[in-house]
Amino acid sequence: MDEIVDPRSVDRPNSYIGKSVPRPNVKKLVEGRGQYVDDIVLPRMVHVAFVRSPHAHARIAGIDPAEALAVTGVLRVFTGKDLEPHCDPWVAVLAHLKGMKSAPQRPLPIDRATWVGEAVAAVVAETRASAEDAAAKVNVAYEPLPAAVDMETALEPGTHVIHPDLGDNLCFQRVNESGSVDTAFAAAHKVVEATFHTARHTGLTLEPRSILADYNRASGKLTVHHSTQAPHMVQGVFAQHLRLPEGDVRVICADVGGSYGIKVHVYPDEVAVAAIAKIMARPVKFIADRLESFSSDIHARDHRIKGRMAVDADGRIAAIDIDDLTGIGPYSVYPRTSAVEGNQVVNLVGGPYDFANYRARTTVVFQNKTPTCQYRAVGHPIATAVTEGLIDLAAEAMGLDPVEFRRRNLMADGSYPRTSPAGMKFEGLSHFASLDKLLAMIDYPALRAEQERLRGAGIHRGIGLAAFIELTNPSPFMYGIGGARISAQDGCTVRIDPDGSVVAATGVTEQGQGTEGIIRQIVAEGVGVPIEQVRVITGDTLTTPYGGGTWACRGAGIGGEAALQSALAVKEAALRVAAAMLQSRPEALDLAGGEIVERGTGQSGGRSRLALSELARIVYFRGDTLPPDLPRELMQTRHFITKEYPFAFTNGIQAAYLEVDVETGLVKLLRHWCVEDCGRIINPLLVDEQVRGGIVQGIGAALYEECPYSPDGQLLIGSMADYLVPMAAEMPDIEVGHVETPTRESLLGAKGAGEAGTAGAPAAIMNAINDALRPFGAKVHAQPFTPERILAALGKVPAI
Amino acid sequence: MSTHLDITLTVNGERVSRRVEARRHLVDFLRLDLGLMGSHAGCEHGFCGACTVRVDGAVVRGCLVLAAALDGAQVETIEGVSDTGEIRELQEAFIARNAAQCGYCTPGMLLTAAELLRQNPAPTREEIREHLSGNYCRCTGYHAIVDAVAAAAARRQSGVDGRASEKEAITTADARPPTADRLER
Repeated sequence: MDEIVDPRSVDRPNSYIGKSVPRPNVKKLVEGRGQYVDDIVLPRMVHVAFVRSPHAHARIAGIDPAEALAVTGVLRVFTGKDLEPHCDPWVAVLAHLKGMKSAPQRPLPIDRATWVGEAVAAVVAETRASAEDAAAKVNVAYEPLPAAVDMETALEPGTHVIHPDLGDNLCFQRVNESGSVDTAFAAAHKVVEATFHTARHTGLTLEPRSILADYNRASGKLTVHHSTQAPHMVQGVFAQHLRLPEGDVRVICADVGGSYGIKVHVYPDEVAVAAIAKIMARPVKFIADRLESFSSDIHARDHRIKGRMAVDADGRIAAIDIDDLTGIGPYSVYPRTSAVEGNQVVNLVGGPYDFANYRARTTVVFQNKTPTCQYRAVGHPIATAVTEGLIDLAAEAMGLDPVEFRRRNLMADGSYPRTSPAGMKFEGLSHFASLDKLLAMIDYPALRAEQERLRGAGIHRGIGLAAFIELTNPSPFMYGIGGARISAQDGCTVRIDPDGSVVAATGVTEQGQGTEGIIRQIVAEGVGVPIEQVRVITGDTLTTPYGGGTWACRGAGIGGEAALQSALAVKEAALRVAAAMLQSRPEALDLAGGEIVERGTGQSGGRSRLALSELARIVYFRGDTLPPDLPRELMQTRHFITKEYPFAFTNGIQAAYLEVDVETGLVKLLRHWCVEDCGRIINPLLVDEQVRGGIVQGIGAALYEECPYSPDGQLLIGSMADYLVPMAAEMPDIEVGHVETPTRESLLGAKGAGEAGTAGAPAAIMNAINDALRPFGAKVHAQPFTPERILAALGKVPAI
Repeated sequence: MSTHLDITLTVNGERVSRRVEARRHLVDFLRLDLGLMGSHAGCEHGFCGACTVRVDGAVVRGCLVLAAALDGAQVETIEGVSDTGEIRELQEAFIARNAAQCGYCTPGMLLTAAELLRQNPAPTREEIREHLSGNYCRCTGYHAIVDAVAAAAARRQSGVDGRASEKEAITTADARPPTADRLER
């Protein structure tokens, strides 16, 4: 089957892998004719509005729904006690995260609210407006309790223990250590250190969390239209906790208006909606509004990291030692858990570099704030900011250019496979090739010259570099081994229909990245048909092969390989039928452009013998004319799971060029570059846009985004006027370059590309700001790098 | 709460009459009363621009306009301007350039971009960025959107009807040389 993807066949008519093919599903989106969950209207559909806690921590002494029930159009009010008999609680821990603990959580709490924004009651009404009117009239008797708010004091004796049964506020702790760290620091030529903060922020999907659950009491089936990244995972969770057979739960996920990890979790309020649908046996819709999105969507990246780096006299890294602390809210989030981010930090710090002695501790604590969990690039932006921040400090301490210091320390391109000091296994990375390409793109000497020249004119520009690694194509080592029912395997079913068109159903899902587009490219090339003849089905647990969905950059690498293998299998099956029809041999035939053709490069090579539509017509309608024992299986399913490596790591490097106004503290972004290596690129257009979009999310974290809390645990943002996000005018043009080091675990060779931008951007921005501030001896290491923080670093306003 | 008003207005060229709650905003009116789902509610505070529509020719935030105030108005939504072909160049450029990912902001972004091109047929990248800065996009990072608006403007300026088939788009969008080792095992 190798001929199909032979390099010499690149210019064949149906060669699509590696080309910038526009996505088939964009046309409906640009005409406003997609279908998001809130666009679905069902007969007898009702709406839910939640009553949410205004307290960080409070006992719920009672809930009186009488006034709410009097509002026109209101049907029911549900409390935690009302749902208790219908839904089993969950505890979000993973067995492989040793010692991790969390408390049982329910769709609505029974007697205690533990963060501002936690849903404590659900109002069901004929319209969302009525439900909201009534929610304001539900009388909840709260008795405020002491709150654990500051993660720095979460483990101190005087701090209130949120879940007394757990004994303390510690969720998880891990030390990842190798080599002789203390010896290396004792012998170091230079030691640099800093304390880094990454701000608690959130994904802010433009489409809020959305769910429409419908239960048919006669058939016993629960159908859930859900804006999610992982339909099969949701199916399993709803089945388990609502005590339904898994086969009786169908999760359908049409268009998703942004996800970025926000929509891969199980939210208690969404489980409540499913439970209410089961109780009321009618369609129940919940669409979060923006305020409740801020207080109930997962937050992320609330970390304080103390970091040290030891360097020898040759400017080589001798050791890295970090101490990470993160506050995750009152519960670990189900089922992926909220310990994974800290765990990723201790796995990823120092990732691009060749050094021997490593110690990284993460301490994950409970607090009375919105729960945190995995958001795009989970842990990577934190690890990269710490690593690259220390690298620039070390370069400065050694009097070396940041590029030269990286050259002395990056893992050599020819040195793979190898294992990092943190224990990560790398199949093949390209740090030097990526660095060289980046330097050529940015014209480094010219940029430095410009920086120097403008400094003389009082204009302070900075160049910041950030090398990174990115974990993609996860195996069961990520979640499965810990006991979570989250599939690392994915499947694809490809079939040829009677008209010769092809349908591919895949377990990976589309949230705008272009999953459907790349699956279509792969299947068109794999089968050998024009791309217009391929349709792709995603996001339906009833009609697609069981799979994990799209997260952790697995869509292309895992789902793509399953699609390629099933497409090749269908082609093989079709050629077998064709050989019988044409009195030939399957090996002598090929499928190209939707035609059965002679294989080979000789005179007859490529000559059309039979249209695929004719073959399909015979198979489906005149099977009597084929040999009786001939298999005619024009539908094939293949699955793929990575086996040799727990993760397929990618790598890359970013550069930021910006200007700091030292009078106002404002940062103006000028240019941004990224070279990344995601292995085989299926669609350069889509990969570049994943990188760009990811970079801007990372810039948001670096400069603007923060979910601030008062000391008593009040969330201090309520709208997008308070929570700033990158807008077009402030963002720079972003140039993207590639190096391709395919994984050899699959025929396709693709790794993930969706998180690299977010992983590296905050570090590049931080280093560029500090580079601009170098003449003043000022540095910032606490995100977001607001004007106030920059002015404080410059000594122009008091430190905050 | 129960104050209702009768309104008659034109939406995408069709006359519609409805009794609406005084508090119902335009985007809810379009979605819930007329079933026009192309305009999206992103924040309902007037910040994100996902609900952008046109009222009497001017771009407005659908969440900040009350339906009850629109008696006699002309309203145009993404569905309407798609059907008339008015913003076809922009839509084609968005598709070719992958300037839409999840698509939730896209209708509002397109209407805002169309407004810019009406006011300024040959905007610079900075002018495009400035004009689109009331429309939030979390997916693209804006670069592709700026490219697409610039491309649509250039196409309008050159007067070329750039309706490209998908096949042509594949060829023209592919600036990368084939990799020599592709899929070799």
